[in-house]
Amino acid sequence: MFSEGLTDFFQLCVSGFAVGCVYAIVALGFVIIYKATDVFNFAQGELMTLGAFICYLFIVQLHVPIILAFLLTFVTTALIGMVTEEIFLRPMVGEPIFSVIMITVGLSVLLKGIIGLSWGYMIKKFPSFISEDPLTISGMIISPLHLTTIIVTAILIVIFAIFFKFSKMGIAMRAVASDQDASLLMGISVRKIFGLSWSVSAIVACIGGILLSSITILHPSSSFVGIKVFPAVVLGGMDSIVGAILGGIIIGIVENIAGGYIDPIVGGGVKEITAFVVLLAILMIKPYGLFGKEEIERV
Amino acid sequence: MRSGDFKISYAEDIRILQTIFIKVCIGIFILSLITYILIAEKYFIYLINLSAIATIGALGLNLLTGFTGQISIGHAGFLAIGAYSSAILTSKCSFPFLLALPVAGAITIIAGLLVGIPSLRLKGLYLAITTFAFGFIVEHVANTWDSLTNGSQGMTVPPVEIFGLAFDSDRSFFFIVFPLTAFAIIFARNLIRSKAGRAWIAIRDQDIAAQTIGINLLRYKLSSFAVSSLYAGIAGALFAHYLMYISPGHFELLVSVQYLAMIIVGGLGSILGSVFGAVFMIFLPEILKFLPDLLRDSYPVIVERFADINLILYGLIIILFLLKEPKGLYGIWTDIKVYWRNWPYTY
Repeated sequence: MFSEGLTDFFQLCVSGFAVGCVYAIVALGFVIIYKATDVFNFAQGELMTLGAFICYLFIVQLHVPIILAFLLTFVTTALIGMVTEEIFLRPMVGEPIFSVIMITVGLSVLLKGIIGLSWGYMIKKFPSFISEDPLTISGMIISPLHLTTIIVTAILIVIFAIFFKFSKMGIAMRAVASDQDASLLMGISVRKIFGLSWSVSAIVACIGGILLSSITILHPSSSFVGIKVFPAVVLGGMDSIVGAILGGIIIGIVENIAGGYIDPIVGGGVKEITAFVVLLAILMIKPYGLFGKEEIERV
Repeated sequence: MRSGDFKISYAEDIRILQTIFIKVCIGIFILSLITYILIAEKYFIYLINLSAIATIGALGLNLLTGFTGQISIGHAGFLAIGAYSSAILTSKCSFPFLLALPVAGAITIIAGLLVGIPSLRLKGLYLAITTFAFGFIVEHVANTWDSLTNGSQGMTVPPVEIFGLAFDSDRSFFFIVFPLTAFAIIFARNLIRSKAGRAWIAIRDQDIAAQTIGINLLRYKLSSFAVSSLYAGIAGALFAHYLMYISPGHFELLVSVQYLAMIIVGGLGSILGSVFGAVFMIFLPEILKFLPDLLRDSYPVIVERFADINLILYGLIIILFLLKEPKGLYGIWTDIKVYWRNWPYTY
C-alpha cells in the first residue's frame, strides 16, 4: 500500500492519536474547572489517577459487576470533586492567584500521598474488557485498546457537546463561565455550579484515568499525565473546550513522532520532554493558545 | 510601649537592628548555636546544616515569589543546576571549591535569566506553568545526560576543600555554611531596602502601575530572577558538597513544592519568615520520624509508608497555612511580639 517509511509515520500518528485522546479527555476536565471557577487545577492528574484506582477498587478488589462498578466509581469521584471544591477552594474565592495555585499544588501532593498510602507502588493491570489481538489495517497495526480509547473519546465529546448545548445544567455552567455576576442575577446558584463543575471534571478525569491505565499500567506515577496535559491546555487556549481536545490530540501525535524519529538519533529521552518544549514555544509565541480568549488587564 | 527609644538621626531610623536588646539577643543566639554545634550529636548538626542550606534556597525563592510576585514552581531546577555545575566543575575539571561555587552561581544566573525572559510577557498562571516545565526539563536532562551527570545513578561529589583543608565532617561544614547563610540573610535584608527591592515590591503589587511610575520592568524582573537563581545555585552547590552525592531524585518536582511550602509556612515577602519556614520544613519530617517509634507496634503501616505520610503532610501544611494563616509563621511571630510588647496593657 504505502512505502515503508510512510507506514511507519502513520503508525506513529495513530498510536499518538490514541494517547492524545487520553490527554484530550484529561484536558477537558481541566478546562471545565478553569472556565467555570477560574482555578487552574494542578491536581488534575491526581484526580485522574485516584479515579482509576477507585474503579480498580470496585472491579478487582471488591468484585462488583462491571456496569455497577463504573456507576459507583463515577458517583464516588463526583462526590470527591464536590467535597474538594467545598472544603479547599470555596474559601479561596477572590484570593490572589498565587494562593489559589498553591492550594491546588498542595492538593496534588496530598492526593498523591493518599493514593500511595492506600494502594502502594506495585504495578497493577486493569482487567481487559476486550480482546487484545491487534488489528491490521493496510499495513498499520492498531491495538483494539487504542481504538476503544478513540471511540470513547468521540462519544464523550458528543455527550459533552449535547450537555453544554441543551441541558439546563450545561447552559447554567456556560452562563457562569461567561459572567458570574449576571448568572447570579438570573437566579443561577453559582455555588452549586462551582461544585458541579468540579464533580463533572472529576468524572471526566476518572474516565481518562481508566482509559490510560487500560492502555498502559495502573501506578501512582500515572498522575504524571496530568502534568503533560498542561501543554495541551495551553496550546488549545485555557478556556476553550474545543481547544483542549485538539491540543491534547496534537500533543499526543507530536510527542509520539518526536519520540519515533528523534529518540533513535540522540539516544532517547526526547519523547518525554517534547510536550514541554512545545509548551515553552507556545508560551513565547502565542500565550493564549489557538482558541483562548486574550485577557485584557486594566489598572 | 517601649520607652526611651528615640531616634535622633535618619541613620538610626533605618538601622536593621533597632535596639540594643535585639543586638544582644542575636549575639546570644549565635553564641549558643556555635556552642551547641561544638557539643551536639552528629545527627542534629546534620539537620541544622540542611536547614541553613534550605534557608539560602528559600530566601532566593522568597525574593522572587514573595517580593517580586513572580510565581516559580521550578525552584528545584535552579538548585539542580547549581549542584550539578559545582559537582562537575570540582570532580571533572578539578576546580577548587572557592572557584567552583561562584562559577556555579554564575551558571545558575544564566539559567535564571533564560527563564526570566518569558516572565516579561507572561504572568501569574502562565509563568507558573513555564517555571514548572523548566523544573521538569532540568530534572529530565539530569536523568538522561549520562555522560555528564551519570544519569539516575547520581554522581559522587568531592567535599569542600579550602587551601588544602577538607571540611568533610558535619561539624566542620557548619562553619562553612553558617557564615554564608548569615551573609545571605543580611544581603537579602539590605537588598529589599534598596532601590531594586522597592521596585520588586512595586512590581508584585501591580506591575502595570509600576511601569507607569517609571520602573523598568525588563531590568527589575530579570534582576529578581538573577538574584533568586544565584541564591538557589549557591544552595544547590552547598547541598552537593555537603551530601557528597547528588542524583536527579534530589531535585524532583516535590522539592520545588517543598521550597514553596517553606515560604508559605514562613511567610511570603518576609526575610525572617524564609528562615522560619526552612527550619520548620526540615525539622518537621524528622520530628515525625520519632512518632513511628512510638506507634511502631500498633501501626506498622506508618513506618512502611513513611514517604506517603510525608507527602500528605506537606500537602496539608500548605493548604492549612494558606487557608488559616496566610501570613505564615512570621505573622504569628509578629502577633506574639506585639502582644508581649504591650503586655499587660493589651487592648
